[in-house]
Amino acid sequence: MPYIPNSEEDQKKMLDSVGVSSISDLFKIIPENLRLKELLDVPPALSEPELMRHLEEMAAKNRLSKISFTGGGIYNHYVPPVISSIVMRPEFATAYTPYQAEVAQGTLQVIYEFQTHICRLTGMDVANASMYDGATSMTEAAILASGYTKRNKIVISDTVNPHYREVMRSTISGLDLEIIILPSKNGQTDFNELEKMIDDSCACLILGQPNYFGYLEDLERGEKAIHDAGGLFITVADPISLGILKTPAEYNADIFVGEGQGLGLSQNFGGPLLGLFACKKKFIRKIPGRLAARTTDVDGKPGFVLTLQTREQHIRRDKATSNICTNEALCATAATIFMSMMGRQGIPRIARLSTERAHYLADKINDIKGYSVWNNSPFFKEFVVETPVPANEVIQGAAEVGVAAGIDLGRYYPGYENRLLIAVTEVNTFTDCDKFVAFLSAQKTR
Amino acid sequence: MSDFKVVYEKSRPGRTGFSLPVTKIGDSAVDNLIPEQFRRKEEPLLPEQSEPELVRHYIELSLRNHHIDRGFYPLGSCTMKYNPKVNDAAAGLPGFANLHPLTGSENCQGALELMYELADLLARITGFNRATVQPVAGAQCELMGLLLIRAAMKKRGNVRKKILIPDSAHGTNPASVILSGYQVAQFKSTENSMISADHIREVMDEDTAGIMITNPNTLGLFESEIEEIAKIVHDAGGLLYMDGANLNALLGQARPADMGFDIVHYNLHKTMSTPHGGGGPGAGALGITDELIPFLPTPVVEKRGDEYYLDYDRPDSIGRMHSFYGNFGIMVRAYTYIRHLGAVGLKRVSENAVLNANYLKERLKGTYELPNDRICQHEFVLSGNLQKKKGARTSDIAKRLLDYGIHAPTIYFPLIIPEAIMIEPTETESKDMLDYFVDTMLKIDEEISSDAEMVKGAPYTTPVRRLDEVKATKTLDVNYQD
Ligand SMILES: Cc1ncc(COP(=O)(O)O)c(C=O)c1O
Repeated sequence: MPYIPNSEEDQKKMLDSVGVSSISDLFKIIPENLRLKELLDVPPALSEPELMRHLEEMAAKNRLSKISFTGGGIYNHYVPPVISSIVMRPEFATAYTPYQAEVAQGTLQVIYEFQTHICRLTGMDVANASMYDGATSMTEAAILASGYTKRNKIVISDTVNPHYREVMRSTISGLDLEIIILPSKNGQTDFNELEKMIDDSCACLILGQPNYFGYLEDLERGEKAIHDAGGLFITVADPISLGILKTPAEYNADIFVGEGQGLGLSQNFGGPLLGLFACKKKFIRKIPGRLAARTTDVDGKPGFVLTLQTREQHIRRDKATSNICTNEALCATAATIFMSMMGRQGIPRIARLSTERAHYLADKINDIKGYSVWNNSPFFKEFVVETPVPANEVIQGAAEVGVAAGIDLGRYYPGYENRLLIAVTEVNTFTDCDKFVAFLSAQKTR
Repeated sequence: MSDFKVVYEKSRPGRTGFSLPVTKIGDSAVDNLIPEQFRRKEEPLLPEQSEPELVRHYIELSLRNHHIDRGFYPLGSCTMKYNPKVNDAAAGLPGFANLHPLTGSENCQGALELMYELADLLARITGFNRATVQPVAGAQCELMGLLLIRAAMKKRGNVRKKILIPDSAHGTNPASVILSGYQVAQFKSTENSMISADHIREVMDEDTAGIMITNPNTLGLFESEIEEIAKIVHDAGGLLYMDGANLNALLGQARPADMGFDIVHYNLHKTMSTPHGGGGPGAGALGITDELIPFLPTPVVEKRGDEYYLDYDRPDSIGRMHSFYGNFGIMVRAYTYIRHLGAVGLKRVSENAVLNANYLKERLKGTYELPNDRICQHEFVLSGNLQKKKGARTSDIAKRLLDYGIHAPTIYFPLIIPEAIMIEPTETESKDMLDYFVDTMLKIDEEISSDAEMVKGAPYTTPVRRLDEVKATKTLDVNYQD
């Protein structure tokens, strides 16, 4: 057992000082009939070389596409090696929640910088130290809004990521909250319907910018409607898009939520992720999750602590703002380093490169007979293509030539079976785009 | 050059630390692809840094952390055991790390197999037939488990109103109950800090949907009346949830399913050795009875012949609770760990975790008050009462330990022990380290006797000294301003 230092002799000495004769005596507190007489039904140990071989074989059963246009909330943005070289340091990776601030200044300062980066990216006043994922952040925002306004209707557009809507529905299913889904037309929230449906019983309105289809929406109309009705305005955004797109603060959002995976995290089959949450200052005492603050020590030296902990479950228990304890701190650390590294010029660069290449690909696909970009709305790095055959067939076919074509929207939107959601990032070259276009063109003529 | 500046204070206009291509048509032409009304007015005022400066900045910060690879971390309830490097190597394999979650199931057979096998191994460890690995932390396990209880109760015809929780429970338990839509019915532990079956008989009623029990409990004590408690709760139509944060004590010794639990949660970041990451990410899992299988969150990883697939067609499911399938990167680490240890290794874990805890307890109990002087499991709780009378509190002892290179135990939890000091050594510490800890604790007690004020001023040797939390709350500097 490589991870257990006790030798037999150590064990004997320790048993002597405890005053028992064998280790099994220590388990006699468990009723006899509950004590296992046999070993667990778990396979025998593998040595480290056997273990790595086994895992390599398992990993090899996954087929990665060389070229990928699959997005839908998880993006293939470039992750510089600097990130993992710092994040995998045991000083960050093997510490826990900074309960003893004096020996956790590294983690605490990183959280403080993370909060600041998120505030500057979004224009909001306060950001927390992270939530499980974008979906959880959105759900927590809706719960905050309901508590703040003392209203129980959550209004959300059906153009918001369907996975997020599912998570919200499940998570709050025991609470006295009602979710109202706004319909969409042509990949855009139906704002006429929205204006009709929002009234003073609505706690909040949740809209995505860009929305799930990649399109940009007329958020101002939503903002006006919900604020006129006295509810909170919550926006879901891709943090990379904020390199060039209008910020949640510019839209007068009360709460911003989003998925931070694009900020330096690998795709990892969808987790761990990084839930982003930022809001206006007036909600600071209601915010879920941890908050780091700068202060000074007894010698006047600057330092960092967790603050407003009376919001949290370990102190407030059933009155806490959220049940979250363990969060996604190391993912936030990766994102912090990523944002520090990309910085003022780099995040806009990634956003522009993604925009440029996405538009290049969209134009090219639009020129292929039988294919067309779904509508003329402005978009960022993701867009929808109408396909002459079911999107799923396009995806299957493209996989054969090493291209992950995107997401079949029929999965989530009945009737959208011939619509393909395509994401483009700075990692996709023009050649990648041409290769995909060549594949689609050949498909059509076949 | 060690300084206490934030990255913004080191930023210089025009510096770059990234290496990316430039746009082909030029930035302003790209901007024109997006109508002006959708564009931000100013660029985000993030720092401007070169790569070497940035690396030094974060390396310097990292050096200000205590961490398990450097020293003892007896943080009770958190199971700060060694995090094997091979786990990280496995999780970093490109076939796992670079896999998109929405790839077709034919392209992710390895990942699905790993999730399926991990759930199966976890179920075997706790004695159930089925487990889900979707939850990403203990608290999310709790909420998910409570929603499973809700769904089962609804199916039986009455959702009921409340959930019983002992006063020794972790704060996430009551917080999760509220989020699940139930009321918290908190009850008192006995004088021995245990749950008495007689008391449960009194408080269990037709309005109670279930009970949440941590076993071994947060004092490190095995709930020896658990079978009777289970019978009482079941007879009254309720279900039993086990908070399994403390499973490290039970590996290969006893199984929650045999005790009568309907649901058990696992903190893979505790029991299964995955890194705690400065607060996360962790991962959870739930083992459940057959009655609860129909309600499992979607998607469920299933196997047909030799093929694995994601099953969404589950009409009674409580629905999805994560954007995708949970913290897959952490699952790889936990799976690696279990396969590395095997059945024998898992049993050695609990044996040595419990031995180490009892050894520490015996050696410390003469000097520090031990409210429950019995054999403990993986952890035990002391009280700093005696030291408080001499002029220094538990929080002072905690700070003084930092000066000796030891992370403080969990303090002031569980709430039922005054001046609580909750110590969990784990199996990955040597007797030498335990002896050093004992010597240090005894020395601190002597220091309190001779100079309590000195101890109250600790720590002295850490990167910063005691921090002003009141000022932090007042100024609320949570977002750096130039
Ligand atoms: C007893 C107990 N229950 C629940 C939790 C919550 O687990 P998590 O932090 O993973 O959400 C913890 C640890 O934090 C715990 O110690």
